[in-house]
Amino acid sequence: MFKKVLVANRGEIACRVIRACKEMGIRTVAIYSEADKEALHVKMADEAYLVGPAPSAQSYLNIDRIIEVARESGSEAIHPGYGFLAENPAFIERVEQNGIVFIGPNSEAVKAMGLKVEARRIMKSAGVPIVPGTVDPISSLDEAKKVASEIGYPVILKASAGGGGIGMQIARDEAELEQAFNMCQKRAQAYFGDPTVYIEKYIEKPRHIEIQVLADKHGNVIHVNERECSIQRRHQKVIEEAPSTVVTPELRKRMGEAAVAAARSINYDNAGTVEFIVDPNLNFYFLEMNTRIQVEHPVTEMTTGIDLVKWQIRIAYGEKLALRQEDVVINGHAIECRIYAEDPDKNFMPSPGKITKLVWPQGEGIRIDAGVYEGWSVTPYYDPLLAKMIAWGKDREEARIRMINALRSTVIEGIKTNIGFHIGALSHPLFIEGKTYTTFVEDMKNYK
Amino acid sequence: MAEIISPMAGVVAEIKVSVGDEVSPGQEIVIMESMKMMIPIEADKGGKVKEILVNVGDFVNEGDVIVVLEN
Repeated sequence: MFKKVLVANRGEIACRVIRACKEMGIRTVAIYSEADKEALHVKMADEAYLVGPAPSAQSYLNIDRIIEVARESGSEAIHPGYGFLAENPAFIERVEQNGIVFIGPNSEAVKAMGLKVEARRIMKSAGVPIVPGTVDPISSLDEAKKVASEIGYPVILKASAGGGGIGMQIARDEAELEQAFNMCQKRAQAYFGDPTVYIEKYIEKPRHIEIQVLADKHGNVIHVNERECSIQRRHQKVIEEAPSTVVTPELRKRMGEAAVAAARSINYDNAGTVEFIVDPNLNFYFLEMNTRIQVEHPVTEMTTGIDLVKWQIRIAYGEKLALRQEDVVINGHAIECRIYAEDPDKNFMPSPGKITKLVWPQGEGIRIDAGVYEGWSVTPYYDPLLAKMIAWGKDREEARIRMINALRSTVIEGIKTNIGFHIGALSHPLFIEGKTYTTFVEDMKNYK
Repeated sequence: MAEIISPMAGVVAEIKVSVGDEVSPGQEIVIMESMKMMIPIEADKGGKVKEILVNVGDFVNEGDVIVVLEN
């Protein structure tokens, strides 16, 4: 096994990876920016190196400096976490050129899934269902109109090079299409430097359900069940659970097989996630593949007993998957709440600042993946995720009750958080009934 | 005189007015970046821009005055 691993990330995911390394007897190297000198991941690691000033472009995205630190510290492998350099094929290539192992998929697989239009085309030919729409990029409004009338309104326009919901526009008729097309193209250019867009049928009352896969470098691929991630704000997930309330064993088998086929079609290795959109009739369609560990991976770990981060490291080292598909079971139910430094009463406005008091909850089935501590000042330079709180129960209701109690007994002072929002969401009849669509936050407001 | 105050800590991403401009209530004055989000800061009252106290790239704390308007 590796003797030393560099963790090229910060916050809760860096802490999570360091914890897995410690359990495996691997020494850890943290990197940090000037704003993160006192950060939790720096305190947890065996060694830590400054990589640059606070803005991430000069620190956590500074490829040259990170490679230099890896060499200087004698790290044999780099774990990228999620975000930052996790899905950057150029980084993966640089890591490998320097004789260091990248703990993640091969760069070709990352490239194949990075361009969303290309990914749709690959999935279509692999027999994975895709949302009706174009497999070629669209560059003119006339073309957009033609496609939209063929597949039928409403339609959604997305940036080909995009992700994270940035630039997405919905059009319900031809009049709306013109504005949506222009807006989407403009944002695609501004955010991704590529004005290419594509069009899909917009699915009403959609759910967002994803399948975790694990693939080794020896051709073995399994899926590790689904995660229901429909509850989002600004197209970003806030509450996730496993299993999904609507996925039957038969549907799980079909979605799982599609996800495995997707991974095989691009010679995927390591942990990855195939995201599907699921309509009210439980038809599922490929949305995208995330070629990294997901924020919400703990709900899978809590319900299967499979440590995904440890498997990432073992697979990268070259080990064969010791798990067969029939070894993957579901034990109980897990719910994750993302604790963000933001103010739900002010449209989820960011709330950086010093955490003057912090008490995490305790109790049976509660897991906290945190990246902060009492006395730490949450900086405005990075994303607002403070921690993930995960509750496990023998069934959904037990997990829900445990989660609510854990949220209620958490104390975070000095900054605003979305804990109150979570309590409201988990107590809401729509959540209790499992009516969790991607419109949940709006549905909750409009509920009578 | 009316002061436009930053509602959170962050970095000034864009300044959308110049000294001497007449602004109306609700108009975007500055775009702040905080926690990977772009947040427009609007004028709550109208007026003439008297002074701009920040530059693009400046770090601003919660409660800092960023622009002064005269009515």
